[in-house]
Amino acid sequence: MTLKIVKPGLATSIQDLGRPGYFHLGIPEGGAMDRLALRAANLLVGNPEDAACLEAVFMGPEITFTADASIAITGGSMPILLDGEARDGWTSFNVKAGQTLSFGFLTGGARIYIAVSGGIATEPALGSRSTYPIGALGGFHGRNIAAGDEIPVGDAALVEEGRTVPVVLRRGPGNPAELRVLTGLYWYRLTEKSGEAFFNDTWTVAPEADRMGYRFRGGQPMEFVEREQPFGAGADPSNIVDGCYSYGSIQVPGGSEPIVLHRDAVSGGGYFTLGAVISADMDLIGQLQPNTSVKFVKVGMEEALQARADRKAMIAKIRKELV
Amino acid sequence: MTQIQSPLPGTFYHKPSPEEPAYKAQGDAVAVGDVIGLIEVMKTFIEVKAEAAGTFASYVAENEAPVMAGAVLAELDD
Repeated sequence: MTLKIVKPGLATSIQDLGRPGYFHLGIPEGGAMDRLALRAANLLVGNPEDAACLEAVFMGPEITFTADASIAITGGSMPILLDGEARDGWTSFNVKAGQTLSFGFLTGGARIYIAVSGGIATEPALGSRSTYPIGALGGFHGRNIAAGDEIPVGDAALVEEGRTVPVVLRRGPGNPAELRVLTGLYWYRLTEKSGEAFFNDTWTVAPEADRMGYRFRGGQPMEFVEREQPFGAGADPSNIVDGCYSYGSIQVPGGSEPIVLHRDAVSGGGYFTLGAVISADMDLIGQLQPNTSVKFVKVGMEEALQARADRKAMIAKIRKELV
Repeated sequence: MTQIQSPLPGTFYHKPSPEEPAYKAQGDAVAVGDVIGLIEVMKTFIEVKAEAAGTFASYVAENEAPVMAGAVLAELDD
């Protein structure tokens, strides 16, 4: 069967859990910005957790199905309509050949995941179907979906309708969203006062935020410890001799607006990174709309590892509910 | 009175560029598909199009205002 794309929405892309292992070559991991939501969507329709889904940001696509299928939509909140009739999020339901899925206005979060039984069956690239448009890698012919595309889907049996993820196991950011941060190698570049301000200030998601990075503004500009810039580093105090960036690392070009590097980020460069958002909280960033408030919360390694374990336990609970 | 809502969150602009006049002014005829403004998000400008015809009454959201999905951007007289 195929999914006929009537309206693509905005930058709707095919995503799975990504292609780890190539970041050292400058090819990002890619994959869903909200990994828990993608896993849950797949489990709801009986797919392997890492099957490819559609990730839609801020507005939903309009899709006609060419065959019967079970589908589920997770992540942000958006009215779900099947031939104009309302359906529930985080819950499996069946569609018939010829029916059309569409969406109302986004009411919460930022991204939705549309899983179809059988999974999206485009050709994988470097072990993943995730779309990396800048590298023309994965996705549908290396790009985001467009009107008129017919996206192939694998064959699978239908699942029971009404399978659902309990509300307590659906995770989204609070308001203000709290993002836990481990300070990093270059933390020493900030003055003590400036480091405190970073955690005390309330930041706002900038409209430029995308799959490469989430930019924040509204906090005080950074103050750097004075130094003579080392050979090979740029002239600005926010510059370093080029180094590696990690998933989640926070760079602050010019010392003004922090950028948290996300799934499609560059792998290195010449800006200092003050630390990294812990892996357990990266999914929350994927659900932030522009202009929402964010606080960065300082944590230690122990707390970060505990949060990671808690996240794993939450996914295990979802699995137990649905498998 | 018909309301035109924002299809997505972002920054709303009345004009195609800072030097140009607004897309629509009070009393202008609006046809289905006419662009009435732009929403900027993720380094992309998305045209907001009228889904009903009418006479332009006014912008409701201010130029360069941050808006949420579903926010009323402009109103038309039927």
